[in-house]
Amino acid sequence: MKQGFLSKNPSVLWFLAALGFFTLCVTVLSEAAGIGLISTSFVKTLGKTLCLCLVAVAMDVVWGYCGILSLGHFAFFGIGGYAIGMWLMYARTEIIVVKSLSAAAIPPTPEEITASVGQQIFGVVGATDFPWLWAFADSLFLQLLMVVLVPGLLALVFGWLAFRSRVTGVYLSILTQAMTLALSLYLFQNDSGLRGNNGLSGLQNIPGFEQTPQALISVWFFWASALALALGYVLFAWVVSGKMGSVVRGIRDNESRVRFLGYHVETYKLFVFTLTAVASGIAGALYYPQAGIINPAEIAPIASIYLAVWVAIGGRGRLYGAVLGAALVSLLSSWFTGGGAPNIPLGFYTIQWTDWWLVLLGLSFVAVTLFFPKGIGGLFDLIVRKGDQK
Amino acid sequence: MSTLLELSGVSVSFDGFRAINNLSFQIGEPELRAIIGPNGAGKTTFMDIITGKTRPDEGRVIFGEKSVSLLKMSESQIARSGIGRKFQKPTVFEAQTVRENLAMALSNPRGPFDVLLYRKTPTGARRIEEIAAEIGLTDHLTRRSGELSHGQKQWLEIGMLLAQDPRLLLVDEPAAGMTPAEREHTTDLLKRAAATRAVVVVEHDMEFVRRLDCKVTVLNEGSVLAEGSLDHVTKNQDVIDVYLGR
Repeated sequence: MKQGFLSKNPSVLWFLAALGFFTLCVTVLSEAAGIGLISTSFVKTLGKTLCLCLVAVAMDVVWGYCGILSLGHFAFFGIGGYAIGMWLMYARTEIIVVKSLSAAAIPPTPEEITASVGQQIFGVVGATDFPWLWAFADSLFLQLLMVVLVPGLLALVFGWLAFRSRVTGVYLSILTQAMTLALSLYLFQNDSGLRGNNGLSGLQNIPGFEQTPQALISVWFFWASALALALGYVLFAWVVSGKMGSVVRGIRDNESRVRFLGYHVETYKLFVFTLTAVASGIAGALYYPQAGIINPAEIAPIASIYLAVWVAIGGRGRLYGAVLGAALVSLLSSWFTGGGAPNIPLGFYTIQWTDWWLVLLGLSFVAVTLFFPKGIGGLFDLIVRKGDQK
Repeated sequence: MSTLLELSGVSVSFDGFRAINNLSFQIGEPELRAIIGPNGAGKTTFMDIITGKTRPDEGRVIFGEKSVSLLKMSESQIARSGIGRKFQKPTVFEAQTVRENLAMALSNPRGPFDVLLYRKTPTGARRIEEIAAEIGLTDHLTRRSGELSHGQKQWLEIGMLLAQDPRLLLVDEPAAGMTPAEREHTTDLLKRAAATRAVVVVEHDMEFVRRLDCKVTVLNEGSVLAEGSLDHVTKNQDVIDVYLGR
């Protein structure tokens, strides 16, 4: 079945080949391989970019294919990051605490260790006890399960409530914005149990791998991100092909027609919404160990809007378009805002890209919407059409 | 001929306006029935009630041998239990090919996982060919349906209804905007469809209704004004007053 699917969708094979080649190049040129043409921090940036590409693919499925303009998928991304961050932070603090207490004359009891870990983690928000949220933080397996379950359940409940009330279009977008705003405001509170605006930090240190250089860890995470993107891409390409794709695009173009054909539209929307939320959660769980820190600002509403902008610029309704848009815009964004782009002195005024990047992004979004509604991915159509004419 | 669908004492109002007023209606299987009536007579609301889009304030809507009530079912459940609907404006999935449109409508399991794991079968392909031949779109199966002419889109939508294999077909103004030749084809299509199932056609065009050559129900102000052959109802004084005489 898979073989038939891949042979019918050559663009998936092209994508996998390109991703594989890219992964190989980055690995060979990384500091871990000894050449060091690509710095460790840039390997991390590229790995993070692959995670962003995965959320963008998920966003493209839910918006570009199913027509649900969700402006809340970054919330699921952030939840995935928090879920893995809790284990990373707990396990690492525990190792440090055990080490420092081992010097004491009387060996510490497990209660003392837990109390001390709690003090280390929550001292910053004036608390010492573990909130209930952290009940499973000592288990990597359970927290990995949370990466999938929490975004999945949230999407399932939220989607069920929204879709069964037939909330569509801009109203649904507003609801999803409200969801992500509520979540980020809640997390900003010190007593939310997730360290308020401090967020979770030190996530780049992987417990049990203290002696492993970051150069190597960055390559591992880069591979994991590439693998996740590849698997996610193939999964979603499969979902949006064939009859499922037909029904999903039908829902985007004419919901009630699909309904009168006998399909339960709400179930389909819920399926797509939840599946993409889970993918976003996994992407987030791979992103934040590379970023090293997660705080509630990450899931502010604007992040989810950026996501929609990436997909629009890259080209809705084609998965490689979403990947291109996310990679290009997020890399450009870190280049412009990171001081990489040279400022332009105009004599009377100097254009500083750290300030003007957003204006540039906004203008290109407007330009793409007006003049290239198919986005960057639409350029491929032109190439293919030229090929056909020859 | 047994009764397939029965509406009795159905009323519905929107903001105080009685769109359907104590309406009773029956159709057997197989049967072809035309519904005519002036604008605002409640023709579209009538279809909305049967297909579950509008819930009536009172009355009963009963379908099939087991006399199941349609009032508690969702639109998609009603569609799955054998009622197909064609909208006034042709609504096909323009971004998809004719074949994809028909494949989506084929009567197969409708759950997301059934659809996700769905594989093309020779039976399904044959059925699509049959329907395409029936609606005259055999040569257009691989075309995007957005490229079809207006009449062809109407036929494609009728074809999608046939693919659903419904027992009751509700067709809203199928001949609107069609050339005379296209109308003739549409009439034949509907007559053939009605040989094995119940077909309800809402239509304004008297000439078209005459060609359907079937029992006619006249709706006015949300209830049945007259019923019978076209000649019978056109001689009815009430019908002449509210509809024909204008």
